[in-house]
Amino acid sequence: MSLATPLAHLGQLVLGMLAAAGRVAIFALDAVAHLLRPPFYLREFLHAVLQIGWLSLPVVGLTALFTGAALALQIYAGGARFSAESVVPSIVAIGMARELGPVLGGLMVAARVASSIAAEIGTMKVTEQIDALVTLSTHPTKYLTVPRVLAATLTVPVLVAVGDSIGIMGGWLVGITRLDFNSATYIKNTVDFLEFWDVGSGLVKGAAFGFIVAVMGCYHGMHSGRGAQGVGAATKSAVVGASVLILAANYLLTEVFFSA
Amino acid sequence: MIELAGVHKAFGANRVLRGVDLRVEQGSSMVVIGGSGTGKSVLLKCILGLVTPEAGSIRVAGEAANRASREAFLARFGMLFQGGALFDSLPVWQNVAFRLLRGAMKRPAAEARDIAVEKLRRVGLQPEVAELYPAELSGGMQKRVGLARAIAAAPQIIFFDEPTTGLDPIMAGVINELIREIVVEMGATAVTITHDMRSVRAIADHVAMLHDGVIRWTGTVTQMDATPDPYVHQFVNGLGHGPIAAVR
Repeated sequence: MSLATPLAHLGQLVLGMLAAAGRVAIFALDAVAHLLRPPFYLREFLHAVLQIGWLSLPVVGLTALFTGAALALQIYAGGARFSAESVVPSIVAIGMARELGPVLGGLMVAARVASSIAAEIGTMKVTEQIDALVTLSTHPTKYLTVPRVLAATLTVPVLVAVGDSIGIMGGWLVGITRLDFNSATYIKNTVDFLEFWDVGSGLVKGAAFGFIVAVMGCYHGMHSGRGAQGVGAATKSAVVGASVLILAANYLLTEVFFSA
Repeated sequence: MIELAGVHKAFGANRVLRGVDLRVEQGSSMVVIGGSGTGKSVLLKCILGLVTPEAGSIRVAGEAANRASREAFLARFGMLFQGGALFDSLPVWQNVAFRLLRGAMKRPAAEARDIAVEKLRRVGLQPEVAELYPAELSGGMQKRVGLARAIAAAPQIIFFDEPTTGLDPIMAGVINELIREIVVEMGATAVTITHDMRSVRAIADHVAMLHDGVIRWTGTVTQMDATPDPYVHQFVNGLGHGPIAAVR
């Protein structure tokens, strides 16, 4: 085997990944372009808000609650090494608002929503429902993608805000029950140290993650292969793709927002 | 009138259509027959623009399909899909009235519902079915709902993709009769693709046989039964031996 063979495989892999990234980017741009032009499907948008936003509240809330509680324990244990136990309220609040709220919320929504969107649209594709939409003079991007992308972009920041609050409450619960914090002092420290941009940056991240989740779900659903195996593969690709992109986007946004 | 000239379509190395020429007169019912995987569905999808042909021209009422305004072009068509392709998330009446609830043909919901119920009645379904969801219907009922949806906006051209596949012989006969009645009643141009010879005899004014990516033969049902063409003879009579390979 010559040296060129593995290099050729590597090149093909990189080209394939770039091509896939390009296809997703074009799909996302197309969705945004359709978002700005009528017709608008209000009923589908409201349905998507319910499915993506409202019905994700329990999973996001529970994730945030346990994360905030564990975070308080970890920061207390770590802070105790240099007598800095008092930073627990502020670090829990900042950690939840800037990072853990949006990232874990985004990942939970990716698991729940990207999979559901990809499976639903993928099934519609293999059962010719998308072809039927076209023959009924309805653009699939406008009818299926735009409402979901808009709903996810608008509702995930709300989920993040709720998750932040519940996560901070989880830290507070552990703080006052297990770590001997005074309730009023814990709340005061949380409020005093938390700045507007700590929360605002998390909400912007939430919007970006919501957009990613819906675009990946719709893209993989629309490009689903045939049969149950094709829909299964589309669902898996949507969740994996959305999760990786969320983590990558989180780094980039953190770099933009907080680098010195 | 629908005219196809030299239409080619390939999927990778698989050249499905290799120069299809076909002419369907206005108000007539053309049935395209051919074995499984010969590109019958692809042919319909090319006309509708769901699949883009690599070469050839498709004209509907004298207008090139790829130049027409997309919405106005599709407004002429109704289509019954092989599996029904009903929208799972919508009740039956909203499936039937889909086109009447949005876009250029939008009407008030109550009026659209009344039309849907009327179309359901036309295909032999009770008004109570209107509130059910597609998953609650049998295969035959789903076909009827699909048929009601195809005719709801009074299209000039109706496509039927394997309308009797998966149905028992009685229900298949009912669907065939309905298709024939509705096409005559509406004066619509119809193109049906099927390999059910009973459907062919019930529905067709003209028959075309698609084989090896080209239209191999066209004629009336009477001519089909009398033709010496070995391909048509083998297909019509369901013979295992002949020029068409039994194992493809």
